[in-house]
Amino acid sequence: MGMIKGTVDWVDARLPVVNAFKKHMSEYYAPKNFNFWYYFGVLSLVVLVNQLLTGIWLTMFYSPSDAFASVEYIMRDVQFGWLIRYMHAVGASAFFAVVYLHMFRGLLYGSYKPPRELVWIFGMMIYLALMAEGFLGYVLPWGNMSYWGAQVIISLAEAIPFQVLPFVDGADAAAMGEALTTWVRGDYLLSEATVNKFFALHVVAIPLVLVALVVLHILALHEVGSNNPDGVEIKKNKDENGIPKDGIPFHPYYTVKDLVGVVVFLMVFAVVIFFFPDGGGYFIERPNFQPANPLATPDHIAPVWYYGPYYAMLRATTFSFLFDAKTWGMIIMGGAIAILFVVPWLDRHPVKSIRYKGMVSKVSLMLFAVFFLALGFLGTQPANNSFLGLGFTTWAQIGSFYYFIYFLVILPFGHRFEKSKPVPDRVTGGH
Amino acid sequence: MSKDGVNTSRRTFLIGLTSAVGAVGAVGVAVPFVKSWLPSARAENAGAPVQIDISKLEEGQRVVREWRGQPVWVVRRSKDMLEGLDKLATEEVLSDPESSNTNQQPDYAQNPYRSIKPEVLVLIGTCTHLGCSPTYTPQPTVQLEFGGFFCPCHGSMFDFAGRVYRSVPAPTNLVVPPHSYLSDAVIIIGSEEGETA
Amino acid sequence: MKKLVVLLLSCLPVLAFAAGGHNEHVVHAPINLQDKVSKQRGAQLFVNYCMGCHSLEYQRYGRMADDLGIPRELVMEHMNFTSEQIGDQMINAMPKDEASTWFGAAPPDLTMVSRLRTPDWLYSYLISFYPDDSRPYGYNNHVFPSVGMPHVMADLQDELSEEDFKQAMLDITHFLTYTAEPMQLERERLGVYVLAFLFILLIPAYLLKKEYWKDVE
Repeated sequence: MGMIKGTVDWVDARLPVVNAFKKHMSEYYAPKNFNFWYYFGVLSLVVLVNQLLTGIWLTMFYSPSDAFASVEYIMRDVQFGWLIRYMHAVGASAFFAVVYLHMFRGLLYGSYKPPRELVWIFGMMIYLALMAEGFLGYVLPWGNMSYWGAQVIISLAEAIPFQVLPFVDGADAAAMGEALTTWVRGDYLLSEATVNKFFALHVVAIPLVLVALVVLHILALHEVGSNNPDGVEIKKNKDENGIPKDGIPFHPYYTVKDLVGVVVFLMVFAVVIFFFPDGGGYFIERPNFQPANPLATPDHIAPVWYYGPYYAMLRATTFSFLFDAKTWGMIIMGGAIAILFVVPWLDRHPVKSIRYKGMVSKVSLMLFAVFFLALGFLGTQPANNSFLGLGFTTWAQIGSFYYFIYFLVILPFGHRFEKSKPVPDRVTGGH
Repeated sequence: MSKDGVNTSRRTFLIGLTSAVGAVGAVGVAVPFVKSWLPSARAENAGAPVQIDISKLEEGQRVVREWRGQPVWVVRRSKDMLEGLDKLATEEVLSDPESSNTNQQPDYAQNPYRSIKPEVLVLIGTCTHLGCSPTYTPQPTVQLEFGGFFCPCHGSMFDFAGRVYRSVPAPTNLVVPPHSYLSDAVIIIGSEEGETA
Repeated sequence: MKKLVVLLLSCLPVLAFAAGGHNEHVVHAPINLQDKVSKQRGAQLFVNYCMGCHSLEYQRYGRMADDLGIPRELVMEHMNFTSEQIGDQMINAMPKDEASTWFGAAPPDLTMVSRLRTPDWLYSYLISFYPDDSRPYGYNNHVFPSVGMPHVMADLQDELSEEDFKQAMLDITHFLTYTAEPMQLERERLGVYVLAFLFILLIPAYLLKKEYWKDVE
């Protein structure tokens, strides 16, 4: 024991490890009333570690110049390669699942409201990096869905309305769009050059950014302290030692609690990996069991489920005014993501937590969740279907409209039409 | 928040138990990652046993084949060569004349001629010093009075059983790979499914 | 290029011919991957009837022998006509370029066809050939209309009773479901152990949490 302490002291005199442990774990006071929704932050971290580990291992066997065959090599010839690959592929979907739930927690309890705006913004940047990472990784197996998915997404660059720039007319704009897509592909078609480029971005560039952003997200959080389901600032009520009365040390209380959550999550994760690794075609799509074929589009192109909502918006945009529908689709899709960044300033409700907000807020948030899930579903389905007499495209239009109404009207002005409940001074039981 | 009446021993026990089970899990998770570094099915196939037809190999001749990226030599030794080996064994010029280092050959080749059949020598053709491939020297020279193998890199010398001479850099005899006879004419390198006696 | 994007983005109509999905002729295939004997028969049928044209580019003979419980010598003697080594992949000798001229398109590799199309589709396709004089080889298929492939198992279908023929086609489906994911049974077996372990880990973790949280309550 003496030797361990000696070593720790030696290091601590040169690097503030003890201090850091105290600051972020044993003396980081978290509200004692965290509920179910507060597991998803730590779960995101667990999935991130899973993705990094399995990802590093996959790069040992994957080869961008023989992409499709090298994935089958991993699945069949490398010992336990199939397990590592499934952990990574299912992990990608798991990542988005826990991040979406984590983000929804923020909307529920107003976790983005002052003083936590930066925490939210770093979170949104993580989300953005994650979407880029997911897309790049999706292309790497070089199946037919990878190919055509990449084809569609890269071609979006052609919809950028360059004609709004001075001295650029429509023809120039089209040429600029073409030039941009060619530059991204590094070829006149999607090819090995593209896969190589995406491989470098997927395994080095974006992960570096992602990890840095995660560090910033947590540092910013620990600076201002965690929000909680009551939306009460626990730092306003401190005892004689300066410790928040409603706070408990993160370690050991939340480490042991999160451990339970992590094990339960791993059970769900394992069920998918070992029994439904392709997630019924939602995690690994059927056309991806066929090598990329530039001559045959799969019958039904759809993005992976986690891009569903935005893809549904893109596809549902059919009006043209100043720009054509394709450009508007891109503007709306981009806007839907961009608007999330300014949520801390859009929400002007005096109350943080949904618990003490009125009916308008509660119902509209619930509707938002329903529409977001519906958009996600619609994004993965062929558009030529209908539900309750309305076509899928019409439903997606309604959903997209509500999405923007929620952020632009309900968040800023909703509180004027409802009566909030009084917010308590201290957190309420329920942990 | 109160720490009155904390059952410390129960906490210590539960921490220990959870850590122990968790450690088992960590080892379990490590297994696929560690095992994935072993040769894959493709590597195993590329490193599969190699068959060599020796029916046309004449006395004093050598053939070289590749097995797992290494040169494998098969020499049909003449009567003179074998007699030379007998003499060398008594002259105290060899480092390990009895092949007592068991890492350098399978059991069935731990005999005076280091082979299954006296006339047929099978060796991995890389010097046990630093891995160069020694030169086949069928005719006697000044240093190799009965012929043998001479390593051009650092001058190590081996006789026609791959036994290393004294006072050369190479520490051990040349390696005899696992092999067996599918028939009189066919040797299989890297497999003992055929005859080894 | 732009037109292509517009085409893809605007509704993505069902472009292709013959996919899985909503074909009334696609019936349920009673798949039981534990049925080793059926997989063995399927492998034999595949090698005899299909492999002349279709490769299993990612499946190794040796792995098949071990997984299906066929002795390696038997595989080398009766099932491997193209390569020397048991560890080689099951690739046929048909040149791809010439094959395209013979059939209009090179016969696709079938290693993963059951994951691409579903086992149901595959089984239904195999039992759905019917005589049609308008087609070059005299047969058409309900599941894959205007299929380019001749009905290579027509003789077999004439020879066997309907029930036996369906069983034979199920055997091939079993075999190709195996080749599409050779580790499937191992994966499920391992999954049970992993879940059992996590359950065991959950117990002390939960007790530990309860013990510490007594302080908070």
